[in-house]
Amino acid sequence: MTAAPIMYGTERTAAPDVAHARPAGMLHDVRTVAGRALRAVPRDLESIIPPVLIAFFFFIVNIGTLENLTQNNVGGFDYTAFEMATAILLGVTGVSRAQALVIDVQNGYFDRLLLTPVRRSAILIGHMVADVSVSATLCVPILALAFALGIDFRTGLLGVVAFVAIASLWSLAFAGFGYAIALKTGNPAAVNSSFLLFFPFLFLTSSYVPRSQLSGWLDTVAGWNPVTYLLAGMRSLTLSGWHWDDLGRAALALALVFLVSFTLCFAALRSRINRR
Amino acid sequence: MHTMTPRPAPEHHVTERQPEQPAIAARGLTRTFGEVTAVDELDLTIHRGEIYGLLGPNGAGKSTTVKMLCTLLAPTGGEATVAGYSIAGQPQEVRFHIGVALQDVALDPRQTGLELLRLQGQLYGLTDREIEQRLGDLRELVDLGDALERRIATYSGGMQRRLDLAAALVHNPDVLFLDEPTTGLDPISRARVWQEVRRLNHELGMTILLTTQYLEEVDELADRVGIVDAGRLVAEGTPSELKRSIGTDVVVARIDGNADDARHALRDVFGIVAVDGHGQELTMSVDDGASTIGAVAIAFHDASVRVRDLILRTPTLDDVFLEMTGAHIDTQEDPS
Repeated sequence: MTAAPIMYGTERTAAPDVAHARPAGMLHDVRTVAGRALRAVPRDLESIIPPVLIAFFFFIVNIGTLENLTQNNVGGFDYTAFEMATAILLGVTGVSRAQALVIDVQNGYFDRLLLTPVRRSAILIGHMVADVSVSATLCVPILALAFALGIDFRTGLLGVVAFVAIASLWSLAFAGFGYAIALKTGNPAAVNSSFLLFFPFLFLTSSYVPRSQLSGWLDTVAGWNPVTYLLAGMRSLTLSGWHWDDLGRAALALALVFLVSFTLCFAALRSRINRR
Repeated sequence: MHTMTPRPAPEHHVTERQPEQPAIAARGLTRTFGEVTAVDELDLTIHRGEIYGLLGPNGAGKSTTVKMLCTLLAPTGGEATVAGYSIAGQPQEVRFHIGVALQDVALDPRQTGLELLRLQGQLYGLTDREIEQRLGDLRELVDLGDALERRIATYSGGMQRRLDLAAALVHNPDVLFLDEPTTGLDPISRARVWQEVRRLNHELGMTILLTTQYLEEVDELADRVGIVDAGRLVAEGTPSELKRSIGTDVVVARIDGNADDARHALRDVFGIVAVDGHGQELTMSVDDGASTIGAVAIAFHDASVRVRDLILRTPTLDDVFLEMTGAHIDTQEDPS
């Protein structure tokens, strides 16, 4: 059955000058998504306060436990400065909005985002920009504690900035795994399981004692762990100055983890938005 | 299969309307999920400024059709254009021109209503001034008062649905998809949504594709109706055309006993155009109900068919659906 041609609303009434959608740049899209993610952070403090408390706890306890042991065995060694890099990484590793993204997938809001003309990559990059901002902010109280404990940066203020930048970028590289799982599974429990990666990365390395004090299998595994080189680079900023070989290895280690985690998370994004 | 030539992408997304192009045109649109065919070679033409109601029971393929047309789901066959752009080849262009309220509300419960609407405006590239102006316009529709400042998690189902509709309208889309927009709403909220749908269509000339399982909704709102069953368009026309297509009047008989015997009894009754059986209910399309109902009663009496009810009424779209598919539209909720 076919209806006869009929003139409908548009032809009947001209639309007055009203606001219509228009293209916005990539930067606008990223800023918009990041803004939303950042606005959610104060309402979701339970996701960022525990990591800071854990960082404080291990920082204090490890200094109390290992300071005498290490300083008595390694000449001129400042264990508090040494341990600060570990404390920072404990605080920022796993801090991401991946959990929020997976909730978006579950409650359909992710589909609403996909219905808008926002660039698909901006959805992910916007969340990641928010993550970097949060991680950098989380470094502040841990650094404050470190300064209160008398730590001095050999590389000065610029070194502090570089230290925070490395920590934040590491946080982002690690977050890529959480986003990959979030977008691939749409399952919050699965996203939580990404935390399991935290343990080999953060503990099978020179977290608590210098690499020279590791032995046997742990030393071998630490040699393959990118965090070992990250810690070495960060520690050089506090303990010895601008050592470009240490910083270069740290950058390479970061790049390697970025390559793996971002390949995974952008592949997961493509898979989710390919209008299966 | 008829294929359509998509309009080339313009330099600017906000383009002049081309009245000769339909707002939505689909040819052989198909979507399968494994062995299941959800939408089966659907042909659809919706004119600009039209309110088109897609009517069908749960599982008929209405939502899948909407998800394909609004670029959330890729078709497995066929082609369609929305606002002149191909859903397969120019999905990003399509998104600039459409607003969508899906069957399940798609809201972020952690944001406030205002934050969500502002963000929606930003995602569509509106300026801050335009967003504030639209918020003013939409406040009346959502009718949430101070609740707009509250987190969405605290909203009732009806409030969330109204906010979801407002989010679909922030950027004044040319084509609005409403997938079962009044499901779960109380009668007052439902009436408000109907009123807004009419206003959007009349004042802004917005094309609206409305899916529903409520007969009253399409009767009330739609310029034209497409009836879908098992992924296929089984009938299309204005509500009055569709009703007229099955006769002037309908006589419904609810009987006890064998329906085949009852149907047999009507064999020689003059004026019956068609008889459909559904359990113990027979629906007769007749040309002149007033003169036929007596003959029907006598025929049943002569054949010793026990009749519980015998009703004469004008046809509804459910009768059309029954005529086309042999089943009633099974609404789970009374929309009135």
